[in-house]
Amino acid sequence: MRVTAKVNGVTRLADDVWPGESLLFVLRERMGLPGSKNACEQGECGSCTVYLDGVPVCACLVAAGQADGGEIMTVEGLAAADGELHPLQQAFIEAGAVQCGFCTPGLLVAAHDLLARQPDPADADIREALAGNLCRCTGYEQILAAVRTAADLMRPETGR
Amino acid sequence: MMEFLRARTWQEALAAKAERRDALPIAGGTDVMVELNFDRRRPAALLDLSPVPELRGWHQADGWLAVGAGVTYAELTGERGQAERRELGRRLRGLAIAARTVGSPQIRNRGTIGGNLGSASPAGDCHPSLLAARAEVEVASVRGSRRIGIDDFFTGVKRSALAPDELIAAVWIRPPSGPEQFAKIGTRNAMVIAVAAFALALDPERGLVGTGIGSAAPTPVRALAAESFLAGAIGDAGLWESRRPLPEPVMSEFAALVSAAARPIDDVRGTAGYRRHALGVLARRTLGWAWRDYCEEAR
Repeated sequence: MRVTAKVNGVTRLADDVWPGESLLFVLRERMGLPGSKNACEQGECGSCTVYLDGVPVCACLVAAGQADGGEIMTVEGLAAADGELHPLQQAFIEAGAVQCGFCTPGLLVAAHDLLARQPDPADADIREALAGNLCRCTGYEQILAAVRTAADLMRPETGR
Repeated sequence: MMEFLRARTWQEALAAKAERRDALPIAGGTDVMVELNFDRRRPAALLDLSPVPELRGWHQADGWLAVGAGVTYAELTGERGQAERRELGRRLRGLAIAARTVGSPQIRNRGTIGGNLGSASPAGDCHPSLLAARAEVEVASVRGSRRIGIDDFFTGVKRSALAPDELIAAVWIRPPSGPEQFAKIGTRNAMVIAVAAFALALDPERGLVGTGIGSAAPTPVRALAAESFLAGAIGDAGLWESRRPLPEPVMSEFAALVSAAARPIDDVRGTAGYRRHALGVLARRTLGWAWRDYCEEAR
């Protein structure tokens, strides 16, 4: 079957999609967007987190056909068209919040959603928002620091 | 070859299910996709209910709330959704507390109350609160619709009273007039399947107590003897009116009766003995919280 969706602002289509296939598989293997990672395939790790119609979801648990006609944003959609990194991405680099990098795309999308809803989150809010994203390098302290830094960068009075 | 059927309206969904009884309904996908990803299940067809607008909202009728099967956990907790949906969590406190313990934010954004019921897992997080509130499940087919009492809905491990051509339309709940509580034990504090779960609802206006046990029997079950014991003990001593502290022997007996109502097994998540013990602890704990809430309400 064919799946058509607006992905990172561009209408994309995938053909010969198997009906039981996940949105994650379509993004990675059929649309050439390998930013979202495939790990647990059961919604435990969050490394495949993308926005579907404005809401963060595990792409591994969305049937591809359910995303047909939908709007998706992946980690590839965070940076500006000219390649300038999103303040959140910049903050991850500056805080050293990336070790092996596998969990990073999911964390970026989840944190992006948090800051869109709560521009000035408390530590508990950050922990709660990122509870569905596992980092096995145990770099959580730097990740929390990165989100705090990004919140500062993005605030109108101090932002870049 | 699996087929993918997409229902745009409730009528379309019912027609599709009548024609394709072998189609597996998929809503948020948080259960169904795990089974597909791990090759545990290969249904002849998937019937996508996520676009159906009729399943998305809730409304009131005759003192009942009808919660559409497509309402998500995040909408039950108030994490997501319009102000109108956030109101839902304020009215259905027990369900909101239970929904808050489901998976991660990403899972709560997708998973639905109807999907939870459809999977009919003994560990489903909504089930104990629905039992405690004596909810009814509205199911429908092209033949018509019917309401199944929650006690009769679960028929076995991952089995329900749903006929092959039926779909879950809504859950009907008459919000209890008093406090509701829910507690769940897992192998850690978040992102877990329950090893044991317990829900409690106090209904002073009707003089009733409601309970629901999860993960400790082939189906979610009520602790009927515990319900009638506690309602009797509170009623006989005039405690609904006086709101005085519950006597210690009443708390202990309630916990013992809840524990005795479970029919747990040993499995990878815990032993039967542990589950029985944990349920007694949860029963006592939730009763303490609920009674404290009830006493504070009056101040």
